[in-house]
Amino acid sequence: MEHTHTEKHEGGGTKEIWKVTLILTVLTIVELALGFWMMGMPLDSSLRLAVKGAIVILMMVKAFYIVAYFMHLKHEIKNLIMTIVVPLALFVWFIIAFLYDGNSFKNLRNTYDPHYKEQSTIKVEKKEEHKSEEHHSEEHAKPTEEKH
Amino acid sequence: MMWYFLMSDAFTFGAFLISYGTIRFSSNGWPDPNEVFKSFPFAPEGMNAPLVFVSVMTFILIISSVTMVLAVHAGHNMDKKGVVKYMIMTIIGGAMFLGCQAWEWNHLHHEGAWWGSNPFLNHDGTASSTNFTNYFFTITGFHGFHVFSGVIINIIMLIMTLTDKFEQRGHYLMIEKAGLYWHFVDLVWVFVFTCFYLI
Repeated sequence: MEHTHTEKHEGGGTKEIWKVTLILTVLTIVELALGFWMMGMPLDSSLRLAVKGAIVILMMVKAFYIVAYFMHLKHEIKNLIMTIVVPLALFVWFIIAFLYDGNSFKNLRNTYDPHYKEQSTIKVEKKEEHKSEEHHSEEHAKPTEEKH
Repeated sequence: MMWYFLMSDAFTFGAFLISYGTIRFSSNGWPDPNEVFKSFPFAPEGMNAPLVFVSVMTFILIISSVTMVLAVHAGHNMDKKGVVKYMIMTIIGGAMFLGCQAWEWNHLHHEGAWWGSNPFLNHDGTASSTNFTNYFFTITGFHGFHVFSGVIINIIMLIMTLTDKFEQRGHYLMIEKAGLYWHFVDLVWVFVFTCFYLI
């Protein structure tokens, strides 16, 4: 590896380090602000999904800055950059394929397994009420309200 | 070679996180991270402070990453004093992060969360499976183990600097390699933080 660390990376110096630190800090604060903003949104709203997407994009930007500047990849020779970046491109396919698979499994189960679907829509009662009704303690996933 | 090791590590973490994403996409409900991670050390019981503690942890790791870059930079200039100073700061940052994580694990364990047990309900109030805690403890545990080994590596680098090993060699390339590993740990936390705490 030694030869890849020649005098190539003069780029920047301490000034660049502080600039990247500032960028990373600002991005993290924006992410947190979005996270706080998202808390009040209804669960299925498309705005919530959009905010999640925005957070993921900010995450990718942060990752780029860490790899490119802190890990110095941007100042390395092109062959090393390609050795790292090309295999990582596999992740694009991995993520799309696996998340699509997960989603389709959910849809299949909800369509063909009514019991599963019913179970997952039952609300669990608050813990305080649980303790008072001991005869239901063993089937705590089941609702007690239906039986009254 | 460090880059190739980090590639293999990246695929391991990637596989973990994609598996987490697949299970999450296949579930009808999932616990709300703001409900689970809402406490802070020494805060009164029942205090609601979502995201605050994990932001502190994130900033600690980012700052320790910055001091690591500064250590590498000092190494380039053959500035032994600078390397020692920044390596110590990096080690302290890593140890602080580990302390935070230990506290959080301990706290969640006291609330009844562990591998195979999940006391938290889904966001919509329905019963949740143990997938959430299993993935949380496995992935943050694996990351925490990386932080731990990173701290050990940094301590070894500090000792080697103090005993003038690098001065004799005439270069501080080992610091650079330890730095790569440390930045990778920070990089993984960016993903873990987003996937578990934010979305």
